[in-house]
Amino acid sequence: MNDTRTVEPVGLHVRRNSPTSRIAALGFLAAVLVLALVVPYAVSLGTLINLVGLFTLIILGTTWNLLAGYGGLISIGQQGFIGAGGYACVYLANETGMNPFAGLLLAALVCAALAYPTSFLLFRLVGGYFAIGTWVVAEVFRLVTSQLSPLGGGSGMTLTAYRGVDQPTRVGQVYWVALAMAVVVVLATWLLMRSRWGLGLTALRDDDVAAAGLGVAVRRSQRIVYVAASAGAGLAGALIAINGLGVTPGSIFSVSYTASMIFIVVIGGIGSIEGPIIGAVVFYVLQQQLQDQGVWYLIVLGVVAIVAVLAAPRGLWGLISRNGRVEFFPVGHRAETR
Amino acid sequence: MAWVNAVVQGLLLGGSYALLACGLSLMFGVMRLVNLAHGALAVAAAYVAMSVVDGTGVPAFLSLLVVVPLFAVAGYALQRGLFNRALGFGELSPLLVSFGLAVIVSNGLQQVYSSDSRSIGIGELATASIRLGGDLSIGVFSLITLAVGVVVIAGVQLFLARTRTGRAMRATRDDGEAARLMGIDDGHLYAVATAIALGTVALAGVFLGMSTQFTPGYGDLVLIFAFEAVIIGGLGSLWGTLLGGLVLGVAQTVGAQVDPAYGVLAGHLVFLAVLLLKPSGLLPKVVPA
Repeated sequence: MNDTRTVEPVGLHVRRNSPTSRIAALGFLAAVLVLALVVPYAVSLGTLINLVGLFTLIILGTTWNLLAGYGGLISIGQQGFIGAGGYACVYLANETGMNPFAGLLLAALVCAALAYPTSFLLFRLVGGYFAIGTWVVAEVFRLVTSQLSPLGGGSGMTLTAYRGVDQPTRVGQVYWVALAMAVVVVLATWLLMRSRWGLGLTALRDDDVAAAGLGVAVRRSQRIVYVAASAGAGLAGALIAINGLGVTPGSIFSVSYTASMIFIVVIGGIGSIEGPIIGAVVFYVLQQQLQDQGVWYLIVLGVVAIVAVLAAPRGLWGLISRNGRVEFFPVGHRAETR
Repeated sequence: MAWVNAVVQGLLLGGSYALLACGLSLMFGVMRLVNLAHGALAVAAAYVAMSVVDGTGVPAFLSLLVVVPLFAVAGYALQRGLFNRALGFGELSPLLVSFGLAVIVSNGLQQVYSSDSRSIGIGELATASIRLGGDLSIGVFSLITLAVGVVVIAGVQLFLARTRTGRAMRATRDDGEAARLMGIDDGHLYAVATAIALGTVALAGVFLGMSTQFTPGYGDLVLIFAFEAVIIGGLGSLWGTLLGGLVLGVAQTVGAQVDPAYGVLAGHLVFLAVLLLKPSGLLPKVVPA
């Protein structure tokens, strides 16, 4: 990157990258290449379907972190946009015959278009009341959807685009698209956080009053974050719908997605790019291992989340990075003497 | 006549919403804390009351003598052990902690009681009604719930307005720093507020359990309805919360009169309309001199 500058009078050397971040970038690239080129040929179809679930969790965690970790907006209603995205994708693919992956991108746009006007209503609520307000909106989306007969009413819709396509081809396509979307969402979030807006959001994360005093457009920044995060949730919802070959209002609008997002971000580390990725992997592994334990698994997650909030507010990533001294995805500048 | 009936039944339903919302309103009013476990705790109270009734065979109303003090003590401990700590970490932490608590409570209930729907038997009272002439009749139990809701809200309001502890709570809400300088122990005060709030939550939960079937997941709806009552009525005003509960109840029964599937949705839409047209609520708090 072209961001090595020297501030002459004090002989300080300002840079964004560090040796660690360069190694991490190579590691990230290598991981993505292995996931894209090696894994699909080395594991079973069932594992690939599960990995699509992991990539979806990374998207959900990253976008929820954007909301809560940077925007200071705790939403427990992103399942409204997950559902809207899932429905938009299936409806468009079924009715217009478009490729479901084109439907996936349009679903993200639909959710952004829904989120923008919604934000004007919800931003009248602050803090905890904003949180429950988002849930009410999600419930309205669910109830309206299940009343609309073109959307299949209470029984939902089946994705017809893959009729006659053999399973390995379909799962392979879904896998690659899901991986690509997860990479795009993480990189887009990173680029956003490196930009001028990101600097404002970081200030907002640390102290919203002080940020406003320094000229950060708090409301506008939060609105951008809300719309972007909702588009991301719509994208994830479309992936869930394609992976599951359909949608039902009861499951795609489920508040349990919000529970997953909160656990991922709180356990991984709120307010960092790396945290939600780590959180998603940990959550995914726990889910695979403890699924048979039924409700105990959720009780344990609840306890872990409370302990994390009170004892390790920056999550696993905070412990690994020694509270931000190590950055895999550098968003700030660091000054060093030569 | 059907419409008049819908409105009357809505007002009665609203009484139980107001009772459910009182604790949420009180906790927010005193310490700006939104307890996302509110609904799950109300349902937990219903389950505990059910166990007491099933285990001892006492009449359902007597179970309140156990459940309400139990939840009040639990509320004190919860605030001291968990929420006070979380409040020190800023605005987001209490929300996340209470969300974790909600997940623990609702799944714990599912583990202990399974996800079958249950109810608390109250015998003949469940079907007793008073005829007001024509087709209009009102259930005795709903009337009792409404009366309890009004009494509880009036009681908490009087407590805040008249007692020494209530005054200290208002002082802490208005200026925590200054209140501390005057020697007020805010950690203890918050815990007392949560104890009262959970006492009312327990009362509301047991009444809910006596009037309808419930499952461990029912707390989600309870939280949403209680929240809507608080916002429709106006933040920080307990009388507003009562009015909000009544408006929500009427919206739901009138909506259900149009089409049974629209009941809950109509309540949500009234909530959104209030947010759009009068975001401070119908009866916003008037700062007393």
